[in-house]
Amino acid sequence: RMTMSRALMHFNAASRATNPPLTFTGTEIEEQVFIADTHCMNVSAGPTQKMNLFQSVTSALDNTLAGDPTAVIFGEDVAFGGVFRCTVGLRDKYGKDRVFNTPLCEQGIVGFGIGAAAAGATAIAEIQFADYIYPAFDQIVNEAAKYRYRSGNMFDCGKLTIRAPWGCVGHGSIYHSQCPEAFFTHCPGIKIVVPRGPVQAKGLLLSCIADQNPCIFFEPKILYRAAVEQVPTEAYQIPLSQAEVLQEGSDLTLVAWGTQVHVLKEVAAMAQEKLGVSCELIDLRTILPWDTETVCKSVVKTGRLLISHEAPVTGGFAAEISSTVQEECFLNLEAPISRVCGYDTPFPHIFEPFYIPDKWKCFEAVKRMINY
Amino acid sequence: MNVCVGCVVCYCPAGAQCVAVIRGKNKQTQRHSLDVKMAAARGLTKLYRIGLHAIRQNTTLKATTFLQQRAFRLNGALRQQPFDSSAEKPQFPGASAEFIDHLEFIQPNVISGIPVYRVMDRQGQIINPSEDPKLPKEMVLNFYQKMTLLNTMDRILYESQRQGRISFYMTNYGEEGTHIGSAAALEPTDLVFGQYREAGVLMYRGFPLDLFMAQCYANADDLGKGRQMPVHYGSKDLNFVTISSPLATQIPQAAGAAYAVKRENLNRVVICYFGEGAASEGDAHAGFNFSATLECPLIFFCRNNGYAISTPTNEQYRGDGIAARGPGYGLMSIRVDGNDVFAVYNATKEARRRAVAENQPFLIEAMTYRIGHHSTSDDSSAYRSVDEVNYWDKQDHPISRLRHYMTARGWWGEDEERAWRKQSRKLVMEAFEKAEKRLKPNPELLFTDVYDEMIPPIAKQRDAMWRHVQQYKEHYPLDLYEK
Repeated sequence: RMTMSRALMHFNAASRATNPPLTFTGTEIEEQVFIADTHCMNVSAGPTQKMNLFQSVTSALDNTLAGDPTAVIFGEDVAFGGVFRCTVGLRDKYGKDRVFNTPLCEQGIVGFGIGAAAAGATAIAEIQFADYIYPAFDQIVNEAAKYRYRSGNMFDCGKLTIRAPWGCVGHGSIYHSQCPEAFFTHCPGIKIVVPRGPVQAKGLLLSCIADQNPCIFFEPKILYRAAVEQVPTEAYQIPLSQAEVLQEGSDLTLVAWGTQVHVLKEVAAMAQEKLGVSCELIDLRTILPWDTETVCKSVVKTGRLLISHEAPVTGGFAAEISSTVQEECFLNLEAPISRVCGYDTPFPHIFEPFYIPDKWKCFEAVKRMINY
Repeated sequence: MNVCVGCVVCYCPAGAQCVAVIRGKNKQTQRHSLDVKMAAARGLTKLYRIGLHAIRQNTTLKATTFLQQRAFRLNGALRQQPFDSSAEKPQFPGASAEFIDHLEFIQPNVISGIPVYRVMDRQGQIINPSEDPKLPKEMVLNFYQKMTLLNTMDRILYESQRQGRISFYMTNYGEEGTHIGSAAALEPTDLVFGQYREAGVLMYRGFPLDLFMAQCYANADDLGKGRQMPVHYGSKDLNFVTISSPLATQIPQAAGAAYAVKRENLNRVVICYFGEGAASEGDAHAGFNFSATLECPLIFFCRNNGYAISTPTNEQYRGDGIAARGPGYGLMSIRVDGNDVFAVYNATKEARRRAVAENQPFLIEAMTYRIGHHSTSDDSSAYRSVDEVNYWDKQDHPISRLRHYMTARGWWGEDEERAWRKQSRKLVMEAFEKAEKRLKPNPELLFTDVYDEMIPPIAKQRDAMWRHVQQYKEHYPLDLYEK
């Protein structure tokens, strides 16, 4: 995705916490992590405000605390506004009993959240980095996911939403870059959602909060500042388990979620310009339960599928999509399904530019599939 | 109403009603009352001085112990003072303490640990009459009947597993006192999180024998819809959260539930049961710490029964049990004789009263003994002697101690015992036979409640299952299940 010099620039830029260029000209391919939607997305009527992704999260939380007196937000450092500024101003506005710090303990944060939700409160738990969610794995998989089922629907923790910053950020290395969704997709009973930008983030987060099942909402941290859109100020919801076709096409289906959607936007443009290939781009949005219908319908039409994610390829969620699509669309396939993903290594620091599934790797995979 | 401003005298958290008293040299008590606004205006320096003054005045309490115990309160006050390096006192935000100039390690005290509170001796005689809760006869008889009914149900269900009628069972032998004593001290609306050896709590609250059996048999009457192993009870109506197998997971959940309950501002507490083995889990540490920092109205009730399957306590911990951990988290803590149903009752009752009034958690470590095997999958003769088990069965049992108390008052005798044994056995056998005959739930219920609503992939799999079972029906035990 980046040359070495560009990567260094990006590192410096990120460490100075300045915003990268925000406008997309539409006629040239920029080195950008966020490309605004070109089509008009009618998510909600009403006034809008320019917000970046962390501000859109704050807005969603603000709407929630305003409308639901049982709602509480907690986690490490959320009281002063959070390490990514997602909860700025909320404690002053709604009180310290509603927006509060917890001790440094992820299993406690999620366990506490499950109990609060089971007792009837809308519980929004923040895990500071998705890389640190693993101590809570038992609580999420053995408890939250199974609460309703094992109690015969007498008890549930549907009011629990867990939020965590997710994905590569240019310099995050092993423990500030992870995308752990695949560990959780193997767990019936929870929902997993990843937005691609501010408008999507607010609507999807509000849907997760309203959804009566425990949800994990992963927020691409590289987009917190880099992604800016006009976001409705009032509450609105974007449906879960519905993938979105961002661009229609006839030759090849591209599937991704979160940051990688923007990489594939560029790849689609490159494929059109350099190869005359028409790509259909799908943002999966909800990873579990995922929208098999939209993806399969697209592959039936195009005959080719490329799935891309930052997480390591083995056991990554592309494997699940690939397996299902080959079951449902076997005879429609013109080429083997392609997965352009992270390597089977921990997420490296200085080697990030070589590790990530950048647009060149995806473009090359498109070429191979077209020429198969 | 005197609002606590976080002075050093008592254990009340800031904002609670002040219940502190200061005992002066002349033993007069002064209710200390500080106007909140005035205190804030004068600054917390004054409070610190008042606190120290109270300590100096108090000749019966050791100043060092006092300062240790009230560390977190004082720390809160101190942190808001300007840092003053000329003062001799340490200025660190992390602890409130004096300096010490000689090297000395604190010795953990395990030889003479936290004392065990009891009301009755092993023969059921009241030791200190002022501690006798003097419960009405009907209530005490109910205690006895619930403990013995539980015991009878345990015997029959244990046997039924041995005969292959149910897959698994766990008895409660020896711990009936911990269940009934604590359950009786709660309100029916208090939320209960358990581990797996608290069936007596559910029984005390009125969970019918039919439903105990239905869960163990996983039949169509099971409220849990047949999804879990036996003894994983739950009841929404009785505010008893469904049991799960992973240990200690309920502990931080109880803290969260208590926080939600606190915000509702009703007269409700949450109680969380666990064993001394589960207390080793990280989740226990998490739950204790969260409940203290977030000021939750919560009772932690640890059943220290001497064993975690085969692991005795000296392999589970090296400190002074679980009660000694409480102060480390800032928890009010007590150790009680778990086989003394009145001690359990008194401690739980007082903990409940204060947890609700002061929004702080309490830790009760009920010492008891697991007379039975860990479960039907365990044979405890592999790791402990028959003599040891017999001692507890014969010499220190919650049921017999209470019976001595009752017979001493003429409330119970041989005739009543014989009649009740017959009746309780009859009740259990009736429920048992009924449960035996009942069909299992419809296999549709394999697929529901994964989410609040059915989702397409699961619906597809369900349909595929039925198609398959239709085709291969002679290989599936459909006759045992409801249609």
